[in-house]
Amino acid sequence: MTDTLTTPLPPLPTSAGTPATLSARNVGAWFGDHQVLEGVDLEMKAGQVTALIGPSGCGKSTFLRILNRMHELVPGASLSGEVLIDGDDIYAPTMPPIESRRRIGMVFQKANPFPTMSIHDNVLSGLKLAGKGFGKGRAAEAGDLVEHSLRSAGLWDEVRNRLGAPGGSLSGGQQQRLCIARALAVSPDVLLMDEPCSALDPTSTRRVEETIAAIAHEVTVVIVTHNMQQAQRVSDRCAFFLAAENQPGHIVEQGSTADIFENPRDERTSDYVNGRFG
Amino acid sequence: MSTNLPAPGRIRTGGLNPDQLFHLGSAVAGSFALTWMLFERILPVTSPLGFAVSWYALFLTMYAVISATTLDRVGVVDRVVGALVATAGAVLVAVLAGIVVFITIRGKGALAHTNFYTDTLALVGPDDGLTKGGIYSAMIGTFEQVALAILISVPVGIATAVYLNEVGGRLARTVRTVVHAMSAIPTIVAGLFIYAMFIIGFDLPHWLPLLGDRVSLPRSGFAASLALSVSMIPVVITTAEVVLRLVPNGLREASLALGTSRWQTVKGVVLPTARPGLITAVLLGIARVIGETSPVLLVAGYTNALNYDPFHGPQVSLPLFVFNLARQPFDVAIARAFGAAVVLLVLVVIFFATARILGGRAPGQVSARKQRRLSARLARRQLVEGNLL
Amino acid sequence: MSALLEHAPPPPPRSDERREIHPVPPRSDRIFVGAVRTASVSTLVVMGLIGLFLLLRAMPALKVAKWHFLTEHQWLPEVNKFGVASLLWGTILIALIALAVAVPVAFGAALFISEYAPRSLKKLLITLTDLMAAVPAVVYAMWGFFWLQGHLLEVSKFLSDTFGPVLPFLRVDNPDTLSSYSSSAFIAGVAVSAVVLPTITSVMREVFSQAPVSEREGAIALGATKWGMIRTVVLPFGRGGIIGGIMLGLGRALGETIVVFLIISPMFDFTTHPLQSGTNSIAPHIALRSTESSGTALSGLLACGLVLFLFTLLINTAAGFVISRSRSGAATEI
Repeated sequence: MTDTLTTPLPPLPTSAGTPATLSARNVGAWFGDHQVLEGVDLEMKAGQVTALIGPSGCGKSTFLRILNRMHELVPGASLSGEVLIDGDDIYAPTMPPIESRRRIGMVFQKANPFPTMSIHDNVLSGLKLAGKGFGKGRAAEAGDLVEHSLRSAGLWDEVRNRLGAPGGSLSGGQQQRLCIARALAVSPDVLLMDEPCSALDPTSTRRVEETIAAIAHEVTVVIVTHNMQQAQRVSDRCAFFLAAENQPGHIVEQGSTADIFENPRDERTSDYVNGRFG
Repeated sequence: MSTNLPAPGRIRTGGLNPDQLFHLGSAVAGSFALTWMLFERILPVTSPLGFAVSWYALFLTMYAVISATTLDRVGVVDRVVGALVATAGAVLVAVLAGIVVFITIRGKGALAHTNFYTDTLALVGPDDGLTKGGIYSAMIGTFEQVALAILISVPVGIATAVYLNEVGGRLARTVRTVVHAMSAIPTIVAGLFIYAMFIIGFDLPHWLPLLGDRVSLPRSGFAASLALSVSMIPVVITTAEVVLRLVPNGLREASLALGTSRWQTVKGVVLPTARPGLITAVLLGIARVIGETSPVLLVAGYTNALNYDPFHGPQVSLPLFVFNLARQPFDVAIARAFGAAVVLLVLVVIFFATARILGGRAPGQVSARKQRRLSARLARRQLVEGNLL
Repeated sequence: MSALLEHAPPPPPRSDERREIHPVPPRSDRIFVGAVRTASVSTLVVMGLIGLFLLLRAMPALKVAKWHFLTEHQWLPEVNKFGVASLLWGTILIALIALAVAVPVAFGAALFISEYAPRSLKKLLITLTDLMAAVPAVVYAMWGFFWLQGHLLEVSKFLSDTFGPVLPFLRVDNPDTLSSYSSSAFIAGVAVSAVVLPTITSVMREVFSQAPVSEREGAIALGATKWGMIRTVVLPFGRGGIIGGIMLGLGRALGETIVVFLIISPMFDFTTHPLQSGTNSIAPHIALRSTESSGTALSGLLACGLVLFLFTLLINTAAGFVISRSRSGAATEI
């Protein structure tokens, strides 16, 4: 913790996360005996936005959940391969899953602020739940962190006067940005987003996309999206997932977003990004 | 659209149509007239019950016949079934209403005296009227026994429900099956079990020197609360598990994705979100055991004296009070039994209604009061500590 | 396809073996899981202890009575002549009478609540049914003994007079005095029917209301009447729930103590005439005799409790099995 106190636009009061490179190597995944992913190699570079695209059921979301060990929470789920964060395997026996999840945050498809907590407490929930909350005498520090996180998520101006209201009282788009702020407050190195805009209207979607652009320099972002335009707008790199019928999903093509959309090497990629299937 | 036009009348699509209403009315009136003729003018007997049954049978017949003037066979059957089914619903309500009204009327006499609530039967003889004696000791007994039963069964019940829903696995499935079986045990068997184990007592093996060599309990309020717990634990587990299942999985995942442990997620997210539902579960458990007679019958003992100590000596409770006095051949005793039954019924209704009101909210939905409390707490903290800077 | 992967970063040493995920949980989680597991196991232990202690304490009596315990209808522990036969028969008879009265009403009421009642009435009726299930047995007992019995004497007499000549089991001794009809299995059964009515109703209603909307609309769109829709969609869907609800009601009726206790006058012969005064049942028998019994007699009562315990367990397991096997059962809470 730094001892920085109130300034008009405070820096992060906690040690800021530094964007980390995440690389998946030969990742496979199963639910029971059903294999859903095979041989996925993907490098998600520090400080960049990587978009995972592909039709439904091709394993993008499963892959995303493997990246912060949420996959193993599903009964019967298993995997192969390794996931390295700045060179360290997050599945190494010595690495506690809680530690990897703290470094690699996640925003879900459906906004899920904690209904029993206020906006203020929702932002701090990651620290509070882990028992690392700010004690009685450090309301100012807490306030700074809340403000910083909400500013990063582009929500501060809309909620600054009602931080005590319950998280569920916000609109859908605001709730999603609150969830982003909540994830940012624990200073992750990587932020995973699972179709964060699929339940939002166009205006809210634009706000979330602006938020992604704004946070990209302080955290590595990996985003799953069904929306081709969104992938083009927000991402630096793209990976196209595909699963043939009754086959596990795999990456067909990956590269810079510009290449994937304008100059795809594979016919299927070209068909998909031009909306001919999926 | 012109504003001068009157708003078009809406077409009513539900409810009884005029045609059906007319048929229903004619059938009711016609069958009543015919039954009256039969009973008052033709048959030599008069019996209110016979009258009602005949009237109903005639009504169904007439309703079918009249309906047949406009409907085909399928339509007539539909109408008759509708009438039968509505009658069944009315019978259900009538039984409940009948019980409540009957008990209240008979209990009124005892309830009118304040000594009924503040006095005991310790010094009351069989000749004393309703101006003497009351249910005070029974209320104390019920209060203490139910409170002890809550202390035993709520922690065990909610912890088990958490295990079933948040941990799971093969053991959890076994426990769930056994809990279902346990909820079906007749309550007298629960009492008999406590009797067999604790009142009779059992010897401890020698390698357990700390507890003495024999465990046994006297007939007492505590023994009664143990028996009540046997009935209450499965109720709390089953309802609490349903409530925990309603907590959206997304909240658990969101919490875990923030890097919290399972315990932190359960303590910080799952239990607070489910709190209103869990309170409902506990209240329903209370409503269920507060009126239980058969489990306490064998193990609580009976006394007319006031006994505040649930651990020593017999202790009476409201259901036991009702049951014992109802069997005495004195009108005064029976009047007291009815009075106590009304009090019992009121207690059940209070717990039941509170459970319903709290349970009507979805899990995690924040009440207006809670909203104000959240805001106030934040404002206070910012105010107090902001000033220090 | 292999050509497509050439853009991927150089692959690591390949191993398609699944990785073992055995995260070591933090200490707080180990304590947490340990604590809630202990609570679960303790409920298992309680259930085990119930069976164990009933069996343990029943053994002395069962050793004396041997298999005759199941066939002997007298209860004379002083001369070692005692058994559960007439008690068990009375228990079953009263429960069956209760079901005969309660099931048609519960079935109709459940259909009315789930299919016919308007929205506002529906909510009220569901609340009332649940409230009725929460009314203490001792209140039902007071109502049954002081109100219902008086009104049912006339009905008993009517049934006996009208159908007695054809159905001999409805006849009674001294048919002209009303008191010959009091304290009978019939009256106890009707009183118990009020106790089990809400239980059966709410299970049935629950299942009926789960019949899929799409199938209902399918039937209605084909021009079916309401009853036609119920017969083709709701009832087949809810069959498991109907049977399960009846069996749950049976389980409750078998164990009912207080209501039966207050109404019947105990008798240790097989009840062959349900309208005739005098019958018996296991639970009230235990309640009545427990304070005055000791030694073998007390042990015999515990043996009775064991029989009741096993019998209701059997019925309820069967009910659970039927419900879970049926189409509607998967989502039903009982």
